[in-house]
Amino acid sequence: MPEKFDCIVVGAGPAGTACAYELAKAGVNVLLLERGEYPGAKNVMGGVLYRKMMEDIIPEFYKEAPLERPIVEQRFMMMDKESAITFSYKGLEWGREPYNNFTVLRAKFDQWFAEKAVEQGVLLVCETVAVECIVENGHVVGVRTDRPDGDIYADVVVLADGVNSLLAKQLGFHREWRPDEVALATMEILKLDKNIIEDRFNLEPNQGCTIEIFGDATKGILGTGFLYTNKDTLSVGVGTLLSGLIKHKIKPYELLEHVKNHPMIRPYIQGSEPVEYLAHLIPEGGYHSIPKVAGNGVLVVGDAAQLVNAIHREGSNMAMTSGRLAAETIIMAKSQNDFSESMLDQYRMKLMESFIGQDLKKYKDATHHFERFPQYFEQYIPMLNRAASQMFTVDGASKWEKQQKIWRDLGSTKQKFKLARDMMKAWKVMK
Amino acid sequence: MMKAQTIEEKQYLVRFNADTKSHLHVLDPNICLTKCPDKICTIFCPASVYKWEEVRMHVGYEGCHECGSCRIGCPYENIQWEYPRGGYGIVFRLG
Repeated sequence: MPEKFDCIVVGAGPAGTACAYELAKAGVNVLLLERGEYPGAKNVMGGVLYRKMMEDIIPEFYKEAPLERPIVEQRFMMMDKESAITFSYKGLEWGREPYNNFTVLRAKFDQWFAEKAVEQGVLLVCETVAVECIVENGHVVGVRTDRPDGDIYADVVVLADGVNSLLAKQLGFHREWRPDEVALATMEILKLDKNIIEDRFNLEPNQGCTIEIFGDATKGILGTGFLYTNKDTLSVGVGTLLSGLIKHKIKPYELLEHVKNHPMIRPYIQGSEPVEYLAHLIPEGGYHSIPKVAGNGVLVVGDAAQLVNAIHREGSNMAMTSGRLAAETIIMAKSQNDFSESMLDQYRMKLMESFIGQDLKKYKDATHHFERFPQYFEQYIPMLNRAASQMFTVDGASKWEKQQKIWRDLGSTKQKFKLARDMMKAWKVMK
Repeated sequence: MMKAQTIEEKQYLVRFNADTKSHLHVLDPNICLTKCPDKICTIFCPASVYKWEEVRMHVGYEGCHECGSCRIGCPYENIQWEYPRGGYGIVFRLG
C-alpha cells in the first residue's frame, strides 16, 4: 500500500462509497477504509433506498443492483391499542421507470455499491478501523489505523464513519451526542413466502409496500414502527429516541415484540421465520445538531454529520448526495491544490443550498417539539381513533349526537383550547 | 405464536466474530454500585450486553451490536466505547 493517497474515505456506507466513487471516476487516487468484514457488515437501515440520489451517481443502477422491491404503496398507521386509522398512497407510476424508491437489504446492497466503486479505481480495504485522524499544524493529514504500521496519509480525509462519528468528535467538530439526538432502532428480518407477502400486502410480483406506524407502536413515546416488504422477507422494526427509552425505562427488544404482537400488525407477519435481529442508532438531532462539516484537510458526510430527515425517513439519500457534494468540492480543491478549511467549506455551502440543508431546516424544531410535548402520541392519536370509531359505528344514535359525543371526548373548554393550540404549534414546526 | 421472542433467542440469529478482548469498558465500577440505582444501561442496551451481578456490571461485549447507545446513554459517561478491531464484532448478513 502506498502510504500517501490523494484522499482517504473512512467508512464504506452510502456516503463514503458515493464520495469515493465520484472521486475515482474523476481520476483521484482514493483509499476507502471499512472496519467490517465487508461493506454493509456493520450497516443497518429500515430498508428504503431512494432512486434519484443513487441515480445521480450510477444512472440506471436499478437494472443491476441487488434491490428487493420497488415501492408502489406507502401507508401510515395512527395506531391505538385495538384500532388504527390508516392513510395510504398507492401509485403504479412508482412501479415503473424511473421509480421512486426501493427496499434493499444493506449487507447486499452496500457490497454491490462498493464493488462498483472499486471498478472505478477505488482501493477498498476492509477489516481496518481508523482509530484517529493524524493532525499536523492544525491540518488533518491522514488517519491512524489499527493495523501494524497503520499510519496512512492523504491531502484530504472524508469522515463517513457513521452515526457514532468518533473521528469528528475527536477533532472537536461536535461534542458527544445527547440521548435526544439519536434514535435507537431495532429490527428483525422475517422470512415469508413471496406469494404470501403479495397476498397480504395486496401486491403484484415485483411491487412493494411500506407501512409507517405511529402511536401505540411505541407505547406513546416519540418514535415510529415500520413494516417493509422485501422479496421473500419482511423488515419489521421500531425506533424511538434513546432519551425516550431511558425516561420510560423500556427495553428496546420488548418494544419490538410489542409491535410484532400488536393485533394490527401480527396478521401481516404471522407464520414468518425470524432470520436476523439488528440494532442501530439513527442520528435524529436534525438541523441544530449538524456539526462542523469542513476543516483543514477534512470533510464530514452522511450520518456522521447528522444528515437524516426523520420525519420523512430519509437518510441514505442524504448520505449519497453529501458524499457526492464532498467529492465535487475535493475535485475543485485538488485543481487548485488548496485543501484548507476556507476552500473545503464550499462543501458546507453546497450542502445547505441542496435539498438536504433545506429539508433539515424545514423540520429543524419538529423532533424537539414532539419530544417536549408527548400528548400528540399519548393522547391525540387515541382520541382520533375513538372519534373514528364513534362516527363509523352504526348504533342508532344520530350523526349529530355522535358529533356531540366526539366533541365532549375532547375534554373541558380549557382542554379544547390546549388541543387547538397544540395543533397550531404542530403546524408551525412542520410547515 | 411468534418465534424469537426473548433477547437470547434474537441474539442467536446474529453472527458475531468476537475478539478475545473487550471493546467496552466500565471506567469506574464504583459509580455503577453507588451512584446509579436504575442501572439504565441494563435496560436500554438492545443486545442486553450489560447485566448487573449483585455488586458489579458484567459486560457481555461478545454480543454487542456496536450501536453506541451505552456510550451516549450512560448518565455518568462511565463507559469507554471503542470499535472492535477491524473485522471483529458483529457481522450483519442481511439488513
